[in-house]
Amino acid sequence: MNAASVWLLIIGLAAIAWLSARARATLLEKSAGRLATHSRAHYHGAYVALWTLLPAALFLIVWQNVSPALVTNAVLTAPEAASLPADAFSRSTVLSEARSIATGHAQSAFNPQSQALVAPYRSAITRYDIIGAVLTLILAFAGGAFAFTRVKADFKARTRVERLVMGGLLLASLIAIVTTIGIVASLLFESARFFSMINPLSFLFGTKWSPQSAALGYGAEHAFGAVPLFWGTIFIGAIIAMLVAIPLGLMCAIYLTQYARPAVRQWMKPILEILAGVPTVVYGYFAALTVAPLLRDFAVAVGISGASSESALAAGLVMGVMIIPFVSSMADDSINAVPQSMRDGSLAMGATKSETIKRVLIPAALPGVVGGVLLAVSRAIGETMIVVMAAGLAANLTANPFASVTTVTTQIVQLLTGDQEFDSPKTLAAFALGLVLFIVTLLLNIVALRVVKKYREAYE
Amino acid sequence: MSHDRTPTDWSSPVMRQRIARRYAAERRFRLMGLGAVTLSAGFLLFLLVTMLSGGLTGFLRTDIALPINFPASPVMLEPAMLKGPNAQQALANANLPAVTTAAARATYGDKGEELLSDSAWVAVRDALLKDPSLLERSAVIPVPAASDIDLAHKREGTAEAEATVARLTEKGALSSTFNLDFLTMSDGTDPTQVGIWGALKGSLLTMAVTLLLSFPIGVMTAIYLEEYAGRNRWTDLIEVSINNLAAVPSIIFGLLGLAVFLNAWMLPRSAAIVGGLTLALMTMPVIVIAGRNAVKAVPPSIRDAALGVGASPIQVVFHHVLPLAMPGILTGTIIGMARALGETAPLLMIGMRAFIATPPGGVTDPATVLPVQIFLWSDEVSRGFVEKTSAAIIVLLVFLLAMNGIAIYLRNKFETRW
Repeated sequence: MNAASVWLLIIGLAAIAWLSARARATLLEKSAGRLATHSRAHYHGAYVALWTLLPAALFLIVWQNVSPALVTNAVLTAPEAASLPADAFSRSTVLSEARSIATGHAQSAFNPQSQALVAPYRSAITRYDIIGAVLTLILAFAGGAFAFTRVKADFKARTRVERLVMGGLLLASLIAIVTTIGIVASLLFESARFFSMINPLSFLFGTKWSPQSAALGYGAEHAFGAVPLFWGTIFIGAIIAMLVAIPLGLMCAIYLTQYARPAVRQWMKPILEILAGVPTVVYGYFAALTVAPLLRDFAVAVGISGASSESALAAGLVMGVMIIPFVSSMADDSINAVPQSMRDGSLAMGATKSETIKRVLIPAALPGVVGGVLLAVSRAIGETMIVVMAAGLAANLTANPFASVTTVTTQIVQLLTGDQEFDSPKTLAAFALGLVLFIVTLLLNIVALRVVKKYREAYE
Repeated sequence: MSHDRTPTDWSSPVMRQRIARRYAAERRFRLMGLGAVTLSAGFLLFLLVTMLSGGLTGFLRTDIALPINFPASPVMLEPAMLKGPNAQQALANANLPAVTTAAARATYGDKGEELLSDSAWVAVRDALLKDPSLLERSAVIPVPAASDIDLAHKREGTAEAEATVARLTEKGALSSTFNLDFLTMSDGTDPTQVGIWGALKGSLLTMAVTLLLSFPIGVMTAIYLEEYAGRNRWTDLIEVSINNLAAVPSIIFGLLGLAVFLNAWMLPRSAAIVGGLTLALMTMPVIVIAGRNAVKAVPPSIRDAALGVGASPIQVVFHHVLPLAMPGILTGTIIGMARALGETAPLLMIGMRAFIATPPGGVTDPATVLPVQIFLWSDEVSRGFVEKTSAAIIVLLVFLLAMNGIAIYLRNKFETRW
């Protein structure tokens, strides 16, 4: 009997339990009277069904994790296992080969010893599967029977069921914490392994990034200087992209909130938001195939040296466009939060609309706008596909926007998508870069949210 | 004021000039705003037009008319063999590639088969299946052209291919048809024979896993935080983690998936289930935040009324608040799913960039997804892939637009103003 059919069986049992307990509770309701029963019939049904399903399901999950080890132990005690090689590695190779034949994942054995173990494996698997299925069914029946005897007129089935639902809700909300812990733990753990091989200072302050040469075996200690990556990330995400996104986003927000007619505003806002909804891989393709060649031809025509077909400018420009709706909606919010009285006061003094905006609204909304820009920067430096496709791989420390630079996210992708063993510093470096990225974006977000919050409170 | 001053003479030339200057600045500022909006919208238009003009031809296929004289050809088939259950087997034994090559040489000269796609014989097979009586006469069958001919016919190709196309066009041998294969086939090495079905199916499987995990967990978290949680340290911790998760770069989720799902839990590489799990962690905060806003928007009077007639707190939420908040939650969920559908970077981390030539059969089979397929094709050297990449982008954008359209429709139709 395989696992899926056991699952179906206990779910079927739970359904039967639900129906029969509900029927019994309905009878009780009829004989004792509606007001004499504490819970409605379907709560009794749910109570019995849960008692049937949950203990059995929990046991089954545990069993499915434990039984492979039990099966292996049983096989090792079989007479055929006496001839197994002594060292652990070839032993486990033979065992896993025999297992995959026995479970039908493989057709024939490469190793004759495995073939001999197939029969013991098969019988052990069948034996433990049957034991597991029988125990599960006993648990389901026992749970169901116990709960069924408790179906009485005054039994508080609803309270019990609701307590379980509440527990489920709490459990679900803890997943967010578990995920955060998982991210921090996996980044810290792998980074710690990286920093046990490479000095953290030479990683953070070194200026030479060449993990390829480190993989070949010479000079690993000085091949992981991440400064060119940090510079590339800042150059593209925080300088070029923001030079595009801040003026355009701010002016879009000002025009749409202060000048545009409602009909124009109603149409233009969703259109701008489409810009944020286009997948980044599409932007990346666009940057690499359309924008980058245009910029390179321009640079060559003007006579700028070092022009490359993968340029910081192409990636930064397109990333800036992607960020426009983000900046615009943050600016929109903060301008709207400026009290009407300030605007009215300025207009009443005879200032024109643009003077009111430039001298009153923007200064008053500045903290909110700055917070929005910080959030935009944190999004820009974490953006991956545009820079992977358009920014290039050369770790240059240059301020020439037409040259190729590389970023933290590009290198993470580059380091982890080759065929590398998982213990090399080259692969682990990706996690160290990820840790830096995580910390920086986290700090930017905390600071930005604090600034925005403080500013909101000032006018409330 | 301690001293007298003359009132401002607003009609003096100096003041007039000054006011004119201020009004000009006002107009300039307004124009700048209009320019910013136009520029942003223009960029979107430029992007879409580039993709459409580059990609629409990707849905077309160039066919070459190939006359085959079946009775004279070395094909070992009788019309009777093509009726009944053994037709596929009979066709597989008939050595149609050789027949096709021979026919191409007979019509288009010594290297005639190079004009045709490697899969040209498949078109011959399908034609025979459709009409077995072709075997008794000679017939002209349109078969797909080779990649360079295809390119030269649709847009510009190499000089050599252009010359061949001109020659073929003169004969009237070229025609364009809708390339159904692009929607039904998977990744391949020949750009005339690739399709997006494999990637699309991978995307659908991944999205199914993501939705099944993130929607219940997200909605339950939102309900718990908004309706039941007391103000304490744990609640604050949950809130802070959700807000942080919403702001973590997507590639970090890929690192988590690699370290936990692949290396610690030993789940299969490049499988839809791992992709779905990773994207579910990413989508969950979006659903939680949207769900909380939707639950918050339900007025307290509803809760008070339900409590007043004797509902338990759980009944209040599940019978009254949740149904009223559902449109808002669904809108947020669709937007989160649309973002997950377009996501590429975390899936590269968990190995979904493998070359997958067969559509995945289940969530544990190696799979790729549409955005990753776009990324892989954009890296191909062969020029035929350029239009296929744009065509795949068009399909992806159509899906995203449809999802966002549904979200906006839901919001407008079911949104209640209390």
